[in-house]
Amino acid sequence: MLSYTLKRLALAIPTLLILIIVSFVLMHAAPGGPFTSERELPPEVLANLNAKYGLDQPLWRQIATYVWGILTEFDFGPSFVYKDRTVNEIIAQGFPVTLTYGAISFVVAVLVGVTLGTVAAIRQNTILDYFAVGVSIGAQVLPNFVMAPILVLVFTLWLGWLPGGGWQGGQWEYIVLPVVALSTSFMASIARITRSSMLETLNLNHVRTARAKGLPERRVILRHALKPAMLPVISYLGPAFVAMITGSVVVDVYFSTGGIGKAFVDSALNRDYAVMMGVTILMGALTILFNLVVDILYGWIDPKIRY
Amino acid sequence: MVANQHKMEALADRLSEEDPVAGRSLWADARRRFFANRAAVAGLGILLVVALFAAFGGLIAQWSNEELDYAVMGAIATEGAPSLSNGHYFGTDDLGRDLFARTVQGTQVSLMVGLVGALVAVVVGTIYGATAGYVGGRVDSVMMRAVDILMAIPYMFVLILILVMYGRSMTALFVGLGLISWLEMSRIVRGQTLSLKNREFIEAARATGVPAVTIIRRHVVPNLLGVIAVYATLLVPLMILTESFISFLGLGVQEPLTSLGALISEGAGTIAYGTIWQLGFPLLFFCLTLFGFFFVGDGLRDALDPKDR
Repeated sequence: MLSYTLKRLALAIPTLLILIIVSFVLMHAAPGGPFTSERELPPEVLANLNAKYGLDQPLWRQIATYVWGILTEFDFGPSFVYKDRTVNEIIAQGFPVTLTYGAISFVVAVLVGVTLGTVAAIRQNTILDYFAVGVSIGAQVLPNFVMAPILVLVFTLWLGWLPGGGWQGGQWEYIVLPVVALSTSFMASIARITRSSMLETLNLNHVRTARAKGLPERRVILRHALKPAMLPVISYLGPAFVAMITGSVVVDVYFSTGGIGKAFVDSALNRDYAVMMGVTILMGALTILFNLVVDILYGWIDPKIRY
Repeated sequence: MVANQHKMEALADRLSEEDPVAGRSLWADARRRFFANRAAVAGLGILLVVALFAAFGGLIAQWSNEELDYAVMGAIATEGAPSLSNGHYFGTDDLGRDLFARTVQGTQVSLMVGLVGALVAVVVGTIYGATAGYVGGRVDSVMMRAVDILMAIPYMFVLILILVMYGRSMTALFVGLGLISWLEMSRIVRGQTLSLKNREFIEAARATGVPAVTIIRRHVVPNLLGVIAVYATLLVPLMILTESFISFLGLGVQEPLTSLGALISEGAGTIAYGTIWQLGFPLLFFCLTLFGFFFVGDGLRDALDPKDR
């Protein structure tokens, strides 16, 4: 187990380095610099700017400085557009918001998805089952950027129950719509995966044994069937996490929650490369970390897997 | 004995006269299974309608996608609603442009993005995966490790990075989508190649001295076509989703070009003014396209990959 964890870590670190270097080189090779604008800057000013941001150094040295800054001080450097703000400040402002509703969405998607899938499997071919299957097929074509406007249309404009945007320090009525918009399609996928793997598990020998020795059905499912049935769900969590991080950008933009996604889109529109790279690398690091956790969890749940 | 011989001859005549039973090839078998699947046929029908709409919708549009209708401008919520009399079948957008023509254009762009993305995935993914799987050994593990690393990167952010840095053109979009789309495909192709590679006919080819490139081209790839077709069909909606996602954020194709995602974004931004058709029609075609591809893809998988059922 330990050696496996170390092996995964050994793969995670070069992945992160490659991500940093690739985005840095992409940024460097792009036509036009960060200070290109309609108004031509005098060459002396441009030279000074380049010197201030270290852009006059050779490429390898720039990369080395950048990586070193991130590794030692967690410093992503200054923003290219907002002269008085660093990337760290911009990220620190939006990240707690994204983390709050992102974590809630993730928990909701997993809990509701697993419950729905399990119930559908136990009550196979009943109304409940058809409902669960129908929802999961429908949600395939209802990604977050389709859910968000529909939710606002129904719950804000027609029913007037919930505010259609804003954050207000995270009061619950401002969290509901973002969470629903973000979690629905994942909830549906998790429900579908849980249902099919639960159906398979319920036919296994050890479940039959548990039933034969007279355990109550609730205990059979919670104690004996749920754990092995969770394996495909857990391997889906990695991709789901990536997709959720991506989806949070839509939520931030559409619901004006003020999260990190908004900062990313703004920086993309302003060509603020430093912020874009900072967010990309942070999200990449989170993704890699989460995949590591999932892999370890997988090995812990299924001791048959030996590395 | 003689009578028997007559009988035998009669029987032989009858056998030789009767049409030989036509053998069913893998593809004929798959076609039969596909058309027996009601959801898949419905999906195919939906796709046909969407394709016809994208191809010939422009002919029945009364307005071009760039014209502004000054008669409805300023009163879109009341005058710009869908109507047959002024020729705006789907209504107009908030600038007074005909939404029918815009939806036709958006559907064209979205379909094209999806198909090109899937095509890149098929070509690059097949070559990469088949090579890695066939060569095997250290080459294989290096090539697949590279894919692992690329898959761990949050590609949407990198894609947006590429789009912003190299101008938000269609070319940049295709390159960016192409860069990410082949990863999953190469994994699938590699897995299939690994299981094919030790089969007798490949061994026979190798024993007779056929070069590796020819074996991949003539013997491996044709046997992968079924799997490739299935995943290519399922990739198209994913590419459309990705492009729509980026366009929804306003980072995708630029005006006057539009895509279904960009139209949904515009519609989503204006629902507060009561112009719900701006969201409704693009959304309808978006969902129809995705449903069509998902159903056809699932049907193809069931038809071509019988062991998966």
